[in-house]
Amino acid sequence: MLHLTAGRVAGLLSRRGVAAFSTSGVKMASHGGVTEQTDMSVPLYCDRLDTPLPDRPYKDTLSAADKSLKQKEKGPWNSLSKEEKLALYRIMFNETYAEMKKPTGEWKTVVGGIFFFIGFTGLVVLWQRYYVYPPHPRTLDDEWQAMQVKRMLDMRVNPVEGFSAKWDYEKGQWK
Amino acid sequence: MFSHVLLKVSSDRLWSFSSTASVAARSYSHGKQETDEEFDARWVTYFNKPDIDAWELRKGMNTLIGYDLVPEPKILEAALRACRRLNDLASAIRILEAVKDKSGPHKEIYPYVLQELRPTLSELGIPTPEELGIDKA
Repeated sequence: MLHLTAGRVAGLLSRRGVAAFSTSGVKMASHGGVTEQTDMSVPLYCDRLDTPLPDRPYKDTLSAADKSLKQKEKGPWNSLSKEEKLALYRIMFNETYAEMKKPTGEWKTVVGGIFFFIGFTGLVVLWQRYYVYPPHPRTLDDEWQAMQVKRMLDMRVNPVEGFSAKWDYEKGQWK
Repeated sequence: MFSHVLLKVSSDRLWSFSSTASVAARSYSHGKQETDEEFDARWVTYFNKPDIDAWELRKGMNTLIGYDLVPEPKILEAALRACRRLNDLASAIRILEAVKDKSGPHKEIYPYVLQELRPTLSELGIPTPEELGIDKA
């Protein structure tokens, strides 16, 4: 998510909230299974750290108890109990700042997903090794390789500093 | 900001130490730069409007929080009183939460702000998020 510090642009973005984007007002032709799209032409609620006061309260349909509490709010706030003050907060807002900032543990899903797919890829590679690769060329067999090394030593390949230089011809073993 | 410091160590020698601590280079193309006091005064006036409406409160707060600063207690006091005029306790609490969030890693700012606002909070009956227990998720 882009984090914009400019107040105006953040305000603009906040109006979009976290809802899906859509053309305002126009109902898309629903050919089976299109999710209901947010009406972008009315003020929206959003929980954002950079927008402390969203465009509308969280609860806009109030129960009778809420309504009477709202009436009480017009009087001195010192006469409200702690629970009432909390209730007023929850009418207006969905998540508190602490709840907004709470870590989600999403990283565990991401890392787990990474390992899972790496593991899956490993299985694919394994299957490939047995079902896709053609048989080994015989020049890679140990027996052939031994004969090849002997031939290279007999030819004195790189006798000064390289291959044959490391073979002790007297003792018949590697130096 | 320029600071000229003249030090007379003894009558024999005269030490003159002048340093020019330069202001962060601001490339405004024109116009006077607003001082901190002017900024504060402007915002206090904004929130002190007697018939401020809910939209103006929201707009003001959201804009203020968008700036790269923590508002002065006197601005916040004006905003809290505006909440009172609008009968909006929830927004008052939200403002305090936003201030704490704005302070970021500077943990000493929020207690200072609360200390400065304590008379207003008691007078208006605004609880702090800590008092309501919403400072922890």
